Amino acid sequence: MEKIILFAPLVGAIIGGFGWRIIGERGAQILTTSLLFLAAALSWIVFLGFDGETQHIHILRWIESGALSTDWSIRLDRMTAIMLIVVTSVSALVHLYSFGYMAHDDNWTHDESYRARFFAYLSFFTFAMLMLVTSDNLVQMFFGWEGVGVASYLLIGFYYKKPSANAAAIKAFVVNRVGDFGFALGIFGLFYLTGSIKFDDIFAYAPKLADMQLHFLWTEWNAANLLAFLLFVGAMGKSAQLILHTWLPDAMEGPTPVSALIHAATMVTAGVFLVSRMSPLMEYAPEAMAFVTFLGATTAFFAATVGLVQNDIKRVIAYSTCSQLGYMFVAAGVGVYSVAMFHLFTHAFFKAMLFLGAGSVIHAMHHEQDMRNYGGLRHKIPYTYWAMMIGTLAITGVGIPLTHFGFAGFLSKDAVIESAWAGTAGGYAFWMLVIAALFTSFYSWRLIFLTFFGAPRGDKHTHEHAHESPMVMLIPLGVLGLGAVFSGMVWYNSFFGDHDSVNKFFGIPAHAEAAAEGHGTQTASHGDDHAAVGVAPQGAIFMHPDNHVMDEAHHAPKWVKVSPFVAMLIGFVMALWFYIWNPELPKKLAETQRPLYLFLLNKWYFDEIYDAIFVKPAMALGRFLWKRGDTQTIDGTINGIAMGIVPFLTRLAGRAQSGYIFTYAFAMVIGIVVLITWMSFNGGAH
Amino acid sequence: MVQADLNIILPEIVISVYAMAALLVAVYSAKDKLAAPLTWATAGLFVLVAVWVSGMTGEATAFNGMFINDGFARFAKVTILVSAAAVLIMSQAYMSRRGLLKFEYPILIALAAVGMMMMVSAGNLMSLYMGLELQSLALYVVASFRRESVKSTEAGMKYFVLGALSSGLLLYGASLVYGFAGTTDFAGIIDAAHHGGSIGMLIGLVLVVSGLAFKVSAVPFHMWTPDVYEGSPTPVTAFFATAPKVAAMGLFARVLHDAFGSVTADWQQVVVLLSILSMFLGAFAAIGQTDIKRLMAYSSIAHMGYALMGLASGTALGVQAMLVYMAIYVTMNVGTFAFILSMEKDGQPVTSIASLNMLSRAAPAKAIAMLVLLFSLAGVPPMVGFFGKLMVLQAALDAGLTWLAIAGVIASVIGAYYYLRIVFLMYFGQAQEDALDHRSAPVLTVMLMASAIIMVVGIANLFGVESAAMAAATTLVQ
Repeated sequence: MEKIILFAPLVGAIIGGFGWRIIGERGAQILTTSLLFLAAALSWIVFLGFDGETQHIHILRWIESGALSTDWSIRLDRMTAIMLIVVTSVSALVHLYSFGYMAHDDNWTHDESYRARFFAYLSFFTFAMLMLVTSDNLVQMFFGWEGVGVASYLLIGFYYKKPSANAAAIKAFVVNRVGDFGFALGIFGLFYLTGSIKFDDIFAYAPKLADMQLHFLWTEWNAANLLAFLLFVGAMGKSAQLILHTWLPDAMEGPTPVSALIHAATMVTAGVFLVSRMSPLMEYAPEAMAFVTFLGATTAFFAATVGLVQNDIKRVIAYSTCSQLGYMFVAAGVGVYSVAMFHLFTHAFFKAMLFLGAGSVIHAMHHEQDMRNYGGLRHKIPYTYWAMMIGTLAITGVGIPLTHFGFAGFLSKDAVIESAWAGTAGGYAFWMLVIAALFTSFYSWRLIFLTFFGAPRGDKHTHEHAHESPMVMLIPLGVLGLGAVFSGMVWYNSFFGDHDSVNKFFGIPAHAEAAAEGHGTQTASHGDDHAAVGVAPQGAIFMHPDNHVMDEAHHAPKWVKVSPFVAMLIGFVMALWFYIWNPELPKKLAETQRPLYLFLLNKWYFDEIYDAIFVKPAMALGRFLWKRGDTQTIDGTINGIAMGIVPFLTRLAGRAQSGYIFTYAFAMVIGIVVLITWMSFNGGAH
Repeated sequence: MVQADLNIILPEIVISVYAMAALLVAVYSAKDKLAAPLTWATAGLFVLVAVWVSGMTGEATAFNGMFINDGFARFAKVTILVSAAAVLIMSQAYMSRRGLLKFEYPILIALAAVGMMMMVSAGNLMSLYMGLELQSLALYVVASFRRESVKSTEAGMKYFVLGALSSGLLLYGASLVYGFAGTTDFAGIIDAAHHGGSIGMLIGLVLVVSGLAFKVSAVPFHMWTPDVYEGSPTPVTAFFATAPKVAAMGLFARVLHDAFGSVTADWQQVVVLLSILSMFLGAFAAIGQTDIKRLMAYSSIAHMGYALMGLASGTALGVQAMLVYMAIYVTMNVGTFAFILSMEKDGQPVTSIASLNMLSRAAPAKAIAMLVLLFSLAGVPPMVGFFGKLMVLQAALDAGLTWLAIAGVIASVIGAYYYLRIVFLMYFGQAQEDALDHRSAPVLTVMLMASAIIMVVGIANLFGVESAAMAAATTLVQ
């Protein structure tokens, strides 16, 4: 069954991509979509019937080279099961949604076919993402990691006639290369030290790594910290964390379903997945984890501030994604991986929904994306309005404080913030996240108010012709809406309940002694005091016996638990004030606080700084090597020889071939003279 | 004793007797009407003898060491006979359609074959010369076989005069060697050279080498090649490019290793020089050619340069590489000449390269086969031709001749140009109105396709030629 889940999208991609001329464009669309729905249905069966016991499903022998020996097999544990349903469900819905969204596209002329290609890319992406999440070893994961990178590149640049789309695609690819370099170094390092790339072997070796030193860049590092950091660099690239985040907003050049699938729900969360997957290693790398927490918190704050002032509807959601990914990393960074996965899980639903809703708005407004040209749309597109409303309620975290009753984002985000409080003793990360929650609320409501309330702005004609999207686009919204409302409440206990239920959910065997202590610590069946190398900790995630963050988070003071809710309320009221009660205020504020406004509008000038530091010098170097190095030196030399010297010698040889016997005979005699002379000097004659 | 000796040279005797008998029969009966059956019969005999020879084992000498029958000789003989048979079969249709097929043709080829077999088995300077002249005289005649054509007679004339000069040089060298060694026997010469060879003997060696270099058309003794290739009837050119080259190369190796194997360092420099000059001149001069037969002449000069590179290394590995290279070279040339023989426009043979423009559209199958052969000739992987080059380069490297190997690579890059230019014309050239005739003799098509297929399929194991050549090489190089 797991194999069918994994390979159904690949089959769809191959047949749909290469065979659409035979089965027709429509046929390709239907085929890929139905295969995805099949995979999604099977995934839910796997998820719901999964007992927490890690399974290895062998597919084939993959690499056999020296000490490197690895299978291609599916690792099925709770993490994989979660990711399976997230990936296949969202992907299946996005496939369905694309029927409507991609039906007519002004980027293509009438006789050009693009739909089959789009669906094939989507299916290929899904396959690569499934490869990533089902991987049983690092190289397999890297394969999926690069596969999603390629698919992302293809889909961002789907409108390849638009220069901006091509630039964005290249940017995404190049920025991800930086991260992937770190990831690759991490894999090399792990293989170098542990002699294996299998997760089980590495996890079993992790306690030892904590005591080892590794020489890297002229310095001795703690092996566990260094390797955890390098892996995290890969995660930073894929998950658009600060420093390597610049590609994500630009990636919005792709069609909106792509943004929903790849740049919100699935691919960008691969970094979080990686960190959680490597939890047995991460637990032994406290400094690296502190860095993860710090960077996650900073990204959450940074992206939220930028989101406050963006005007492109998709960019707002893109920065929101960036910010929410920061939340997940904070949860992982403080060691509560289950909460990171929880937020990943709920976020996938409401963020995909927001994106698809935004796509519906854009569809209705004839590909107008600037929110300043929206307004008053709630009557024109009521279904979309309600869908966006649910998404916003979910992302801002609406619920009843101090209970476990609320929208999905309420439960998972509060869990993250409580964990951050417990993990950093109420420090930097906690406050950053609370402020970010305030901003999140503000920009999310700002989006709603600007789009659906107030007077219509912008092109009158467009507003008059605004229309609700077709059913194929609304159904996915409805299904995702269910997830956005209920996924938090249903699975709260599994991800962030008492440790017994979490242990059970993730298949972590509770230690007998730990249970006897009453106030339980979660531990692997082999404690680190054995420093036992040989057996990997069981279960999908691993928490060190000394890691009590989750319990402390449960016992956080009331004010901590209420704080995100209060922040959300403040943000909501401010948005209300700015965009409903006093719509002139934002403009005035932007004028009075111009430097700050520009600073935020230009995304803290990251792009400009990178342009000056990296892009321009690289371009200059490239141009130098191209013009001077390649064109002048290399081409010049080759062309000089090929077009100057060779023809000259050819002419010479042609002239020597005079046709007269005496010339030929003379040449022979001269030849003998030369040979005898040559031998006299070089041969054994002396 | 004589009985045993005769047994050893029985294959040569069979072909000689056949040639003389055929001559008598044809003269006193139907004459040229017998030409076609005779051609096929000769080819058949060649194949039979090749099978016979390849079944022999062991090492034997006849007539006090004048004649050596060892693994090396047998390898060369099989290659010579099979390629000669292939060329004969290809010639028949072409020559009879043009009224060129005289009954003397297969007989002359048979006599040349005997000479060539003699050459590769020579164990004495005298038997060497005998074989060489028997082969050459037959070739002088077939070069001018188209008597009414000025070009053909000119080709024969040039070949004869220059061949005589080279024979003179060789004889002069042989006499010097004899004078200083006191014997014409290879076994005696190698001893004499080992125990303090004198400068006179080395000069004799250089002269002998020069004579042999003429036969393999190595630079600077190559000048006859383009003119003779162009002037001779195309089937004869095809013959020149194949069997005699193998024979001359075999003789070359035989003399260098059997007679002068103890003074490798002395002749190595000379062979290196010949090799480099041949590779580069072949590459440069071919670029300017507009006639495909002349182009093939320069191509064969360049290829001889590579074969000499194997020889220059002076090791068993080098001889093996040379033998493999020659076997591959002959196969490629048979295919290429099958193609050239099939080039016709309105029934008339054409040899201009320009006529190949856009052949891919007119005759896609032929074009693809030719593409494979040209890639193989240029040494483009994964064609078999690449492995031939690889082996000689490897041999040169192992012998410490790094610079020679580098020169070989550079020359092959330059040489690739003219092969690829034909490919370019065939696939991307300008369409022309009067394209080549579609029709070609089935035998030519079969040869062309078979040769092309061998170039691709052979990469699996080179059809075992590699190990056979190794066995042959070890019998020669002690």
